[in-house]
Amino acid sequence: MTLLISAWTIGLILSLLALGVYISYRVFKFADITADGSITFGAAVAASMITHGVHPVTSSITAFLAGCVAGLCTGVLHTRFRINQLLSGILVMTALYSINLHVMGSSNVPLLSVTTLTTYAQSLGRWMTGHDSATLLGWPVSARDFGSLILVSAIVLVIALIAWLFFNTNLGSAMRASGDNEQMIRALGVSVESMIVLGLCISNGLVAFAGALLAQYQGFADVQMGIGMIVWGLASVIIGRALIGTDSVGAALTGTIMGSVLFRLIIALALRWGLNPNDLKLVTAIFVFGALVLPALIKPSLRNVKRHAAAS
Amino acid sequence: MLQLRDLQKTFFEGTPNEVRALRGVSLEIEEGSFVIVIGTNGSGKSTLLNAVAGSFPVDRGTIDIAGKDVTRWPEHRRASMIGRVFQNPFSGTAPTMTVAENLALSARRGLSRGLGRLLPARIQNDLRDRVATLNMQLETRMHNPIGTLSGGQRQALTLLMATWRRPDLLLLDEHTAALDPKSADQIVRLTERIVSEHRLTTLMVTHSMQQAATLGDRIVMMNHGSVHADYAGAHRRHVRAEDLIRRFDEIRRDERLDVSAAELLRDAYV
Repeated sequence: MTLLISAWTIGLILSLLALGVYISYRVFKFADITADGSITFGAAVAASMITHGVHPVTSSITAFLAGCVAGLCTGVLHTRFRINQLLSGILVMTALYSINLHVMGSSNVPLLSVTTLTTYAQSLGRWMTGHDSATLLGWPVSARDFGSLILVSAIVLVIALIAWLFFNTNLGSAMRASGDNEQMIRALGVSVESMIVLGLCISNGLVAFAGALLAQYQGFADVQMGIGMIVWGLASVIIGRALIGTDSVGAALTGTIMGSVLFRLIIALALRWGLNPNDLKLVTAIFVFGALVLPALIKPSLRNVKRHAAAS
Repeated sequence: MLQLRDLQKTFFEGTPNEVRALRGVSLEIEEGSFVIVIGTNGSGKSTLLNAVAGSFPVDRGTIDIAGKDVTRWPEHRRASMIGRVFQNPFSGTAPTMTVAENLALSARRGLSRGLGRLLPARIQNDLRDRVATLNMQLETRMHNPIGTLSGGQRQALTLLMATWRRPDLLLLDEHTAALDPKSADQIVRLTERIVSEHRLTTLMVTHSMQQAATLGDRIVMMNHGSVHADYAGAHRRHVRAEDLIRRFDEIRRDERLDVSAAELLRDAYV
């Protein structure tokens, strides 16, 4: 049960990463590898601020802003200097590796002996259950795990709601349209370049915030923790798409969060059943490859039918 | 309203693919006039429209719209004054967004876009009423993704979107060329109605001599990146489709003459 609860919690934390990837990848069709660097950046900023005695909430919000700056850099490299999307992301991600080491001062910052959001989550859990441990559906659960799940769920719910509201504003809709049809939205007076920069800002802000939460939940920040995270986010977004299948914003956001949780649960079970942890990234990459290629292989005839229907 | 002075544009300059698309186009269009632009393939008519819209910077010349020099304005800034409909019916709408969302986006063409709701309840009726004026029963499909509609329906909506806020200038780039004859006819009639209703200054590129002869109050014929003929006023009223076709034949004959003359010279002197 502890395994499932912790998988569920990490899945929810990483759903913020997935929401970030949703913005870059689904809204803008921009495979933004900056995420690998900005999740660590968020963790690094939050961890070193917390160890210097800053309040965990302030630290986490600063981590969000730090991620925004990383996204801003990628966006500016791409739109102002006309550097290819992937390369802009790679440049910023690489630069962030050194920056993260500087921010943390070493390759790993432990957070076990300081007050973090997890400390608050534990108090919350204790307050809600009345004990250090509780039983959930007949299984024992520690107050820390229970409180973390509640706190993270609340945070994700609020952020998803804000994201949904944002994408239904004039600005947020213009952003969606920029990814959907550049020519059209430009003809309606929107600078697609500004939209990309703003979108990548928000995207990487969310990713960094996920990093800050993850570091506090697992009790440390590590300079290597971001490797392959973009693929993780893509997997969540793709699973979400498969689960929900429509293009409406609310459905896509819900699907992405569900995708992240489901993916994390699958991984937890696979590890439990003996998957070598070293193979995790390989399996994830193969999964994403399969998810990208299989639909085209399975349903080419169906797609043709649809295209003809749309053309006629 | 629109003033073009000596517009020049060369694509791929200095390469074997060099194309001198605009070779000094000067044109003045008065407020409220409906100008049809015709020309052979590669004559520069679409390039002219794109230059006015700001899709690329021109090499030389100036563009004034409603008294403002917009030559150095980026495309999205010019959009505050210009409504556009493209040849490809899929270019003018965002496919995954709903009909209502697309229209609401166009209702803020050229205005700032902040954190107000895109579709507040109070504008929904207005959206539906204006879509109903198309007589295409699209008002029942306001919340369907626009990508599920046909090319003709999407083009009608694009036209509505381009003119939702009255533009100083409406640019129509062969906007019926990719449609079946019935839809094309429907769009032509809609265009006529909207342009006359709002008395829009319009620049319309077309391949159809029939459209050229029946629509608009002025015809500009382009060839080789410059204005070849300009029928306005009383002159315009006597132009029939056959006259335009004859003029095209003349152009073609002249070109053939050029080639054969060149061959003659080569044979004689080289």
